[in-house]
Amino acid sequence: MTKGVITATRLGALRRAMPPAYVTMAGLVAGALLLAALFAPQIAPTNPLDLRSFNLADSEIPPFWVEGGDARFLLGTDNQGRDMLSAILYGARVSIMIGGGAVFLAAAIGVSLGLLAGYLGGRIDAVIMRIGDIILSFPTILLALLVAGLARAVTPEAANPRYVPFVLIGAIAIHEWVQYARTVRAATMVEGAREYVKAARVIGLPSARIMFRHILPNVMSPVLVIATINLAQAVLTEATLSFLGVGMPPTYPSLGTLIRIGNEFVFSGIWWIALFPALALVILVLAVNVIGDWLRDRFNPKLRSRG
Amino acid sequence: MTTVPALAIEDLRVEYPQADGGVLAAVDGVSLTIAPGEIHAVVGESGAGKTTVANALIGLIENPGRVAGGTMRIGGALLDPATGRGDGVQLGRDIGVIFQDPMTSLNPLFTIESQLTETMRFHLGLSQVEARARALELLKAVGIPEPERRLQSYPHQLSGGQRQRVVIAAALSCNPKLLVADEPTTALDVSIQAQILALIKDLARTRGLGVMLVTHNMGVVAETAHSVTVMLRGKAVEQGPVAQVLRDPQHSYTKALLAAVPRLDRKLTRFAVLTSEKSEAAHAARQAIAGKSPMERTPGDGPLLTVENLTVDYVTRGWLPGSKGRSMRAVDGVSFDIRAGEALGLVGESGCGKTTVASVIAGLVKPTSGRVLYAGETIVGEGAGRASRQASRQALQMIFQDPYASLNPRMRIGAILAEPVLFYRLAGSKAEAAEDAALLLEAVGLERQHAKRFPFAFSGGQRQRISIARALGARPRLLICDEPTSSLDVSVQAQILNLIKDLRDSTGLTLLLISHDLAVVRQMCDRVAVMQAGRIVEIEAGETLFETPRHPYTRELLSLVPRIDRIAIA
Repeated sequence: MTKGVITATRLGALRRAMPPAYVTMAGLVAGALLLAALFAPQIAPTNPLDLRSFNLADSEIPPFWVEGGDARFLLGTDNQGRDMLSAILYGARVSIMIGGGAVFLAAAIGVSLGLLAGYLGGRIDAVIMRIGDIILSFPTILLALLVAGLARAVTPEAANPRYVPFVLIGAIAIHEWVQYARTVRAATMVEGAREYVKAARVIGLPSARIMFRHILPNVMSPVLVIATINLAQAVLTEATLSFLGVGMPPTYPSLGTLIRIGNEFVFSGIWWIALFPALALVILVLAVNVIGDWLRDRFNPKLRSRG
Repeated sequence: MTTVPALAIEDLRVEYPQADGGVLAAVDGVSLTIAPGEIHAVVGESGAGKTTVANALIGLIENPGRVAGGTMRIGGALLDPATGRGDGVQLGRDIGVIFQDPMTSLNPLFTIESQLTETMRFHLGLSQVEARARALELLKAVGIPEPERRLQSYPHQLSGGQRQRVVIAAALSCNPKLLVADEPTTALDVSIQAQILALIKDLARTRGLGVMLVTHNMGVVAETAHSVTVMLRGKAVEQGPVAQVLRDPQHSYTKALLAAVPRLDRKLTRFAVLTSEKSEAAHAARQAIAGKSPMERTPGDGPLLTVENLTVDYVTRGWLPGSKGRSMRAVDGVSFDIRAGEALGLVGESGCGKTTVASVIAGLVKPTSGRVLYAGETIVGEGAGRASRQASRQALQMIFQDPYASLNPRMRIGAILAEPVLFYRLAGSKAEAAEDAALLLEAVGLERQHAKRFPFAFSGGQRQRISIARALGARPRLLICDEPTSSLDVSVQAQILNLIKDLRDSTGLTLLLISHDLAVVRQMCDRVAVMQAGRIVEIEAGETLFETPRHPYTRELLSLVPRIDRIAIA
């Protein structure tokens, strides 16, 4: 009897957990973009990072369906004769890597500090949260510009394409961790007052173990939701930074860099250099946002049942 | 009799469709009649369907459930289950409803006046002035002091008992024929419970009101109701006048239910329980656990635990810099001791500070002043060394009230039980710890293979057993139980209390039992301390205290507890 009931509830839960069609679509699109970015070296027609592989004579060729197009370059070429399709695939790879890295770093910092603040409380809580408040009073882009610029001022190596992604990840994460910390702090305060945490304290377990083994798994669902929504934001922030010129260099373009390059040519009728990377960015961000919104509704604590 | 009954339910059936395509009958062929002026109790344990009967009556069956059959008549008029209305009957006008929790059943943004007048203006078409006059009358009728002033109050300005009086006033506002009270006193202290029950009795008598009283408390039934319906799994298994059903129960379930109720009038060695427990395996496991105990610190002749002059203030800081904080004294100079092997009960009403005392002993709350000594060494308060505190942690374990919050939902039972065992190095390896966890499960009457499951797969009683097993894992000398059974059904409560008794027999555990339930404390404890407003007013050997209470507060508490042996209306 009991077993049957449990199976039935699980089936019901599974049915409720199935996303609506538009979310499935978004998932498929995001998944396809991710795969394309991941396997860019395998599927891209050319290697846009290899300066020897492109020819200035091929520059500014329109997409193949436009008059003057060339079947070798499906989405046309940029001012350097670089194949746009390849550049977008490689650019998406860079954007997703930086966005993902920034989200991961921000979540790691934010969750740890949030747990500390929420569980220990008192002065530690006040210090962490006030630092967070100060950081949040700066706009994301301004702070990221500041960090990226500062890094370049401190060491010229920071402009080296090899290190730029890490500078960007840091520049974005320094602003984003606050959200995680706030959410996790609130959830930790709620969980910390529950009796299973008291029981762990009565056993005598050390605080670190209680925080990471007992509380952390119970506060993770909102973190995953924020992370998804944040991924889209981080990709956009990176694109903006690259667009403004403090991000990825033209020799190692991200989607943002490509849009910046294309921006110079839009008014001379060469629209494809800016349009296609921009479309790729919009589709990626939209798909991830749709998934994130759905996840947020799914894990809405008001809809979640007790226990 | 020719009078029209206030309520006549015939062959009521409420169904909930199941995921597998079948239906579950939450209420299955229940019939009952309530005459005007009669209080009819509907009793049963959780899941018996007693609240569903009440909800069907007031049109609150939630989707996808539905009233599948039967008829309900209010004062002779047929009620349409879909709308809660009928020929000349209307929910809110002819049926008044009182819910369990007075803290949430009033809208916090409305004054008492608007809560009361809204229904009257809507159903009776009164003007605001007329409605206000009537609201005043009602507040007087339900015994609220200073009714004129209270009309302008908001719910948060009233105490729990006053709020429940307001809820009753609202239920009476349109002169209903029937009052449906769903666990109206479960959230209240005994003294307020007694007042509210007296009020309901009085209203039924003076106004000729039929009352359907849904409750799990047999004592409340005995002291309040005229007749009773006992429900089990959706069916009415026994029905009749209270005196007859309680004194001479016919159905085996009624007998078992009555036997499981803790008695306040005398101490029994064990509770009678419905199911026979697999006691041999459990007994062997308990012996094995006791044998492994490394905590054989002999306290000598002195007490195992001493609490000295304990005071706890809760301070709320003002949020403006420099503003003065407010402090509330929760515990005020409490001293007592517990000898090894003894069971001490700590009783009192909510807010008396009993849980705070337990939390200080368990190391969860820091006291403002005072000391706690374990086996002669200070563990809390001035002069407490880190080493002695750490050692005492293992010796003092605690179980909590809410079985649904006290187990980490993301951990398997095996991992929950192995944690203290591994932490205190009572097992050499993970495999040994897993074996120990299995033994602990057997000791509390569960099965070894339960270790693989997550907490959600267990009922409240089973979860409380798991909590006990976890506490035993550290091999404590003293077990602190904070209201261990107050969220459980009586039959489950009887099983858990028997389990605690058995554990004490086979392991020599010392017990500190915190409870608001005097009957439970009488059955479980050798000595009892009564707390009121942060102080211990009386501490005495259990039987002496219950037979010859000295302090007036103890006497008052004892007289207010509803008892099944005090049948009011024969």
